Amino acid sequence: MTSHPAPLPRTRIDDIFARLKTEGRAALVTFVEAGDPDEATSQALLDALPAAGADIIEFGMPFTDPMADGPVIQAAGLRALHAGQTLRRTLAMVKAFRSTNDATPLVLMGYFNPIYVYGVEAFVRDARAAGVDGLIVVDLPPEEDDELCLPAMAAGLNFIRLATPTTDAARLPKVLQNTSGFVYYVSINGITGAAEPDYSQVEHAVARLRAHTDLPICVGFGVRNAAAARAIATHADGVVVGTALISALAGTLDQQGHATGTTRGKVVDLVQALSQGVHAAQRG
Amino acid sequence: MQHNRPNSFRTGPDERGHFGNFGGRFVAETLMPLVLELEAAYGAARNDPAFKAELQDLHKHYVGRPSPLYFAERMTEHCGGAKIFFKRDELNHTGAHKINNVLGQILLARRMGKKRIIAETGAGQHGVATATACARFGLECIVYMGAVDVERQKPNVFRMNMLGARVVPVQSGSRTLKDAMNEALRDWVTNVETTFYCIGTAAGPHPYPAMVRDFQSIIGEETKVQMLEREGRLPDSLVACIGGGSNAIGLFHPFLDDASVKMYGVEAAGHGLDVHNGHAASLVGGRPGVLHGNRTYLLMDDDGQIVEGHSISAGLDYPGIGPEHAWLRDVGRVNYVSATDKEALAAFQLCCRLEGIIPALEPSHALARVLDLAPTLPKDHLMVMNMCGRGDKDIFTVADILGGM
Repeated sequence: MTSHPAPLPRTRIDDIFARLKTEGRAALVTFVEAGDPDEATSQALLDALPAAGADIIEFGMPFTDPMADGPVIQAAGLRALHAGQTLRRTLAMVKAFRSTNDATPLVLMGYFNPIYVYGVEAFVRDARAAGVDGLIVVDLPPEEDDELCLPAMAAGLNFIRLATPTTDAARLPKVLQNTSGFVYYVSINGITGAAEPDYSQVEHAVARLRAHTDLPICVGFGVRNAAAARAIATHADGVVVGTALISALAGTLDQQGHATGTTRGKVVDLVQALSQGVHAAQRG
Repeated sequence: MQHNRPNSFRTGPDERGHFGNFGGRFVAETLMPLVLELEAAYGAARNDPAFKAELQDLHKHYVGRPSPLYFAERMTEHCGGAKIFFKRDELNHTGAHKINNVLGQILLARRMGKKRIIAETGAGQHGVATATACARFGLECIVYMGAVDVERQKPNVFRMNMLGARVVPVQSGSRTLKDAMNEALRDWVTNVETTFYCIGTAAGPHPYPAMVRDFQSIIGEETKVQMLEREGRLPDSLVACIGGGSNAIGLFHPFLDDASVKMYGVEAAGHGLDVHNGHAASLVGGRPGVLHGNRTYLLMDDDGQIVEGHSISAGLDYPGIGPEHAWLRDVGRVNYVSATDKEALAAFQLCCRLEGIIPALEPSHALARVLDLAPTLPKDHLMVMNMCGRGDKDIFTVADILGGM
């Protein structure tokens, strides 16, 4: 079934990439898990990310069974769930974020089941109303576009797809077909937080993707520090950092897994450093 | 939720892997090309007479098939109603029905040139079967097993180690079967080029539910022939336990279009269906959701978070169920019921004493419902229960509960 919804209205994602193009630099895309380690700390961190240098925010929707995530992000999700996080609360946090920030794009990232249980129609409506710009749902390949991708597009949300090293030329058009906002290139086969990517491969892969799409290409999985961010920002339109931020957050928690006085600051410091790396990249 | 009855119950899934609204391919993009490759490879293998012949030869000489259809005379006398038969899949090499599916998948992995095999296991029966087949064919074998299950199924951990497999205790999440499956999927995402994921039940992304069902259908096909030989007609009812549901779908599927045959799938009711998070009965006590590559009935909370479930039997302790069962429930072809830990334990003991068969705790759940159903049925009613595993692995669990006997 290949239905083509009406063209999407411009989102904050389109706007930021247009602006960064004129500035000649890549976007820093930061991932944090909603409600980790508790709602108040997570809200404060979310609100602080744009000023620290995050150009786009990926906000994780916790799920008990995150099959594509490594131990660091799994633990973040479980901390949030134990603290009472729900999809409803996550949407409320986005709404609160939007009361002070109307410019920074926010993408919700997670797995399909909580959305399915919430109800797809209600979810895309509520997400849009809360100020969400796009969705990344890991366990929805293009073969399942009817489930959420098409309803999300109809509601004016970008549906951002992951392309991976296993996505070959024959498959790429299918993956890109209903993708909007940006393409998220997963630079290694594996789970989040695994080995550092081979940067020469990244350059090659970005070039391969560019032959198929005009969408901005963000690269993630395995980016830990400013140097890595800089290396990737040389070739890609955006650098996604997740596990490194969550690790920094986790390192500040007390023995019970609760936030301490340094929790927000440590993550903000790392975002600032990564942002400097991205800014320092010479775009090729 | 009663849908229109289809002309045949045996045509599914469709080309997208759907059984009605259930099934599908809900996997990360990294896995999608592999799932498609597997579908193509299986499609070719199933139509290849050489593949069939090799599998049949292994079934006969390595597994010991066909497994007997045994008239459980004293159980029948005890119940005083239906004639009760056991399909003796516990007599298979490795002690359960799991080997039927594993040999099919391992032969397929060989055809595909994959030399590294991963599997998840709950009770350990699928892990033992996979370790066995990998030893037989000289393949590397890694088995993911929840750390909780490693503790409660120690004999099977030893077995896997003896057979040369590496057992990885999974510490994430609830540390049981669902987490073992998550970890196996993570391994597969990481090692896509070399690795074949041998899923142990009729669940997961398409084509697994259909493929595992096909490999397990030998149970029902044999039963049909054996009952016709013995009684000159089809059985009147079939009973099987359900965790993910592979032994049940294997028994049921060849009979789905035989309208006279009633079917009962028995889920694990654990401490009781009314106890929150105290059972593993996804169909009776869950609702539709998406997990592990397919849409099916799941145990979860109002936010769509998966709950662990509980059963005395590690093999039934899974919060989901194969998507074909979810569909068969909604179309009303199969009756899904449940049995508690206590009922299963009582049936376990009775079977030991009356038939000289130590059943696994999994089929003890099926037997618990046989004990209710059989007395209400006439003496010419032919009832087949799938004795899908033997209880050697469970004797310590049972001894703990019964106080050492």
